[in-house]
Amino acid sequence: MGRAIQSIERAAGILRLLSGRTRRLGVVDIAGELGLPKGTVHGLLRTLQQVGFVEQDAETGKYQLGAALLHMGSSYLDGNELRTRALNWSDSLATRTGEAVRIGTLHDAQVLIVHHVFRPDDSLQTLDVGSLLPAHATGLGKVLLAHHPYVANELYRDGLSAFTPATISSRKGLERELEKVREQGWAADIGELVQGQASCAAPIIDRRGLTVGAMGIVGACERLLEDGGPRGDLLTYVREAARSVSRELGAIPW
Amino acid sequence: MTEQYVAAIDQGTASSRCLVFDRSARIVSVGQKEHRHIFPRPGWVEHDPEEIWRNVEEVVERALNEAGLQPSDLVALGIANQRESTIVWERESGRPVHNVINWQDTRTDHLIRELGGPVGQERFRERCGLPLATYFSGPKVRWLLDRIPGLRERAESGEVVFGTMDSWLISRLTGRHLTDVTNASRTMLMSLQTLDWDQELLDAMGVPRAMLPEIRPSSEVYGEARGQLAGVPVAAALGDQQAALFGQTCFSPGDAKCTYGTGSFLLFNTGQRPVMSSSGLLTTVGCRIGDEPPTYALEGAIAVTGALVQWFRDNITLIASAPEIETLARTVQDNGGCYFVPAFSGLFAPHWRSDARGVIAGLTGYITKGHLARAVLEATAWQTKEVVDAINSDAGMAMRTLRVDGGMTANNLLMQFLADVLDVRVVRPIVAETVSLGAAYAAGLAVGFWPDLPALQANWHKAAEWLPQMGEEQRARGYRKWRKAVARTIDWLDEDDE
Repeated sequence: MGRAIQSIERAAGILRLLSGRTRRLGVVDIAGELGLPKGTVHGLLRTLQQVGFVEQDAETGKYQLGAALLHMGSSYLDGNELRTRALNWSDSLATRTGEAVRIGTLHDAQVLIVHHVFRPDDSLQTLDVGSLLPAHATGLGKVLLAHHPYVANELYRDGLSAFTPATISSRKGLERELEKVREQGWAADIGELVQGQASCAAPIIDRRGLTVGAMGIVGACERLLEDGGPRGDLLTYVREAARSVSRELGAIPW
Repeated sequence: MTEQYVAAIDQGTASSRCLVFDRSARIVSVGQKEHRHIFPRPGWVEHDPEEIWRNVEEVVERALNEAGLQPSDLVALGIANQRESTIVWERESGRPVHNVINWQDTRTDHLIRELGGPVGQERFRERCGLPLATYFSGPKVRWLLDRIPGLRERAESGEVVFGTMDSWLISRLTGRHLTDVTNASRTMLMSLQTLDWDQELLDAMGVPRAMLPEIRPSSEVYGEARGQLAGVPVAAALGDQQAALFGQTCFSPGDAKCTYGTGSFLLFNTGQRPVMSSSGLLTTVGCRIGDEPPTYALEGAIAVTGALVQWFRDNITLIASAPEIETLARTVQDNGGCYFVPAFSGLFAPHWRSDARGVIAGLTGYITKGHLARAVLEATAWQTKEVVDAINSDAGMAMRTLRVDGGMTANNLLMQFLADVLDVRVVRPIVAETVSLGAAYAAGLAVGFWPDLPALQANWHKAAEWLPQMGEEQRARGYRKWRKAVARTIDWLDEDDE
């Protein structure tokens, strides 16, 4: 085996430290942990910062893992964490709209339901948490695909199944739809998964600007739609709720 | 007619909050501010009562501003409060003579043992439904009377007065000195039968009657607020856990709720009869609406639930945030035979063994961090089962549904496991703020904003529901192992420890 390159070993050591529990460390802490001179650590940090692997907090001067690194890995927000942070907002969305609320994340090019609030009418309902939905036929999925184009490419390769006559099942059609979703900032499905059922959703964004999930409502077409699209008031509630969760996750308010 | 609202103040252990609700029980706005904890010595915990009052004024202001409301838009104000925390102030000036002694404060430890005498902890249970413990207010008042020079004389003449946090706020809001019956039931000074101060308890505890507030129903117009909220009827007060029971609309005998936080509190409505516990549970007043007969409740507190997840996060550091425990737990199918009994400072209800300490039992080479995470979560469910079993046996009726609230209800794995081991339906309501909602409901009822209890029940909707899926055999086997693990915690502490 060839000799290891010392500076890469040391840089890896720094990254490992920063991915640990505390996640934010100063130069002195890092130097102490690794048993290296402060100057050496500082130099390494500067390079890591240049390539976006670490970031320095402006206020405290401490270092943390950078956005570039997080983009590379699959370290999306933990679904259980997302549910916990979204709990109050999703409850209030269900109360305001009178519809069932779901939050989804991407999982193997499908939508994984990580949170579900019942429609507040005390009818018999069962929790959908943990179930997988086709991404191209749901509001949640379209929001997620619009912001993760490489996943959409996987779907095109495998082909888009049609669930109802309204399902978008051509590559061109879906590309156009996702372009629209990116522009308008929300997505809807109108009887595309289940006939007579509609859904609409908006993105949940974290502090790095990554779309980590989608949040929306689902229900009968006659309640959710007007003039062939989602009702304006419901859409506003959905977008507000998703923005609130995003703020909760530290996204820059907009 | 313009829209009308009810405000609730939740004066909690960590913070004071004000929530405004509309007629359909939707939260319109929230104001919140934390206050300081003062630790003068190990085991002592205090708050600054003036700071808390200032914060209450501030959060009310914030909540009104956020919703763009005037005090005249409020039809009533209700109060829910941290229970048992004790304050003594001058009747005339309203000035506190000492900081609030928080319910967690253990300074009355020696006094408690003294008061128990040869009979011990259970000496007053028959009258007040409570065992002697450092939490309750009576011994804290006694401590102040013993320690502050001249205070006893001033108390006997009624120059200084005692109250829990509800009394303190009501006094500042309306100028009246009173408390609600649920808060009074946590002082160890009130008779559960007469719902009045009990002379024998007062004598035993050495607390003069002249300093005590008048005991009023939980839902009744106590008076109109002055100052900032001028003209708003102050119309309800409840201890926070009782408020949660009310907010969950557990109005009928057999209804139960459990609030899952750092620790957890399970309250079970026993209707119009106080049930004395033979399993170390607390008997308490659940609520009293106006002149109607009171509703009683059995209460089981579990000291370490969410705190175990926090401990796992902070001290074992296998997870970075509390919710990740579910992710880790789902990496395995079951607990692999591993059980975790978090008797960090002894076993509480229904065991009451202070000599116990925590154990992780059933360790083999097979156990991974995923199994440990399962065991951590399952501990909350098994502890709940122990309390529920005790309640069922004390009350002579079986709990059918458990209504849950609090932070841990976001954990689906735990909620399903809870339904499995309790073998009952577990339901989470859509309004998670059950404490504030309960205070708002009680206040709104008093002024006729809501006509009756069924109207409140119509506002209650479930956000999620978990049904038992576990077979009887598996449940019995799991519970047997849990009890064996519990047995292994006992008698750990020795005379010469600490």
